[in-house]
Amino acid sequence: MSEAAPVSAPAGAQKLDRLVHERLRLGILSALSVNESLAFNELKKLLDTTDGNLSVHARKLEEAGYISCAKSFEGRLPKTEYRITSLGRKGLERYLDHMEALIQAMKDR
Amino acid sequence: MAVPKSQPVEIHAHAMDNLRYIRGTMERAGSFTAVPGLGGVLMGSTALVTAWIATSPLGVDHWMTIWTIECAIGVLVGVAAAALKARRLQVPLLRGPGRKFIAGFAPAIFAGAALTIVLHDAGIFWYLPGIWLLLYGTAVLSAGWGSVAAVPVMGVCFMAVGLLALLRPDLPRNVLLAAGFGGLHIIFGSIIAVKHGG
Repeated sequence: MSEAAPVSAPAGAQKLDRLVHERLRLGILSALSVNESLAFNELKKLLDTTDGNLSVHARKLEEAGYISCAKSFEGRLPKTEYRITSLGRKGLERYLDHMEALIQAMKDR
Repeated sequence: MAVPKSQPVEIHAHAMDNLRYIRGTMERAGSFTAVPGLGGVLMGSTALVTAWIATSPLGVDHWMTIWTIECAIGVLVGVAAAALKARRLQVPLLRGPGRKFIAGFAPAIFAGAALTIVLHDAGIFWYLPGIWLLLYGTAVLSAGWGSVAAVPVMGVCFMAVGLLALLRPDLPRNVLLAAGFGGLHIIFGSIIAVKHGG
């Protein structure tokens, strides 16, 4: 029992950033990590989700400082643009490290 | 007893699934932003110098050698500038969108190289500028669908100059090459540098 891998799967799971772990928020961060910025509609189309769902999850990431949001007008149409912050990038990297550690721990067994 | 044993396997599978999801999302979302604007300006500048040198009346083989050297310089400048920009933007160069860009770029360049060898051996030089410009434009256009908008537009412009060179082989070839590899690289390189960060 004590011979469990240094990062045992359940322990690793507990340390996961729950904010990033949710599937849609993970998608938002992944998409923004490879773009300077993405508009609300671009993200919606890319992640195949609804306005409401995207708004809710984007707001959670924004409140945590993982993404920033800029609202403007393009002609008469309102435009919402999201960017990943350095905190968000670190959060995503940390999450990736956790996933890789979990996989590695299983391989080492 | 069976429950705790099965749980890590599920988490492991879940982790794999999450990594696949992240990679898939990044590949679909990513536009190749490491197209080097300043590198394009530099490539254009060397092409202008090459066009000027190539006007010296030292024969066709000399002309071919000069443009072949320019091609090698252009590749080196382009790759180095893209690598520097990718590092600065913290985006991978050889994975995801970068790999798609290269996959779209390479076939037309390969076709251009093959045609150059064949036409050179056949002693047909007059169509080479048009073929180079047309196929370089094709490469930029097909690769550029996954990049910023200025890139495919540049590809179309190269194709137009190439077509003109093929339809009018009587036009001065160095001027057309200077307009394409020099002028278009400088114009679109400047646009990309200003609008898309270097």
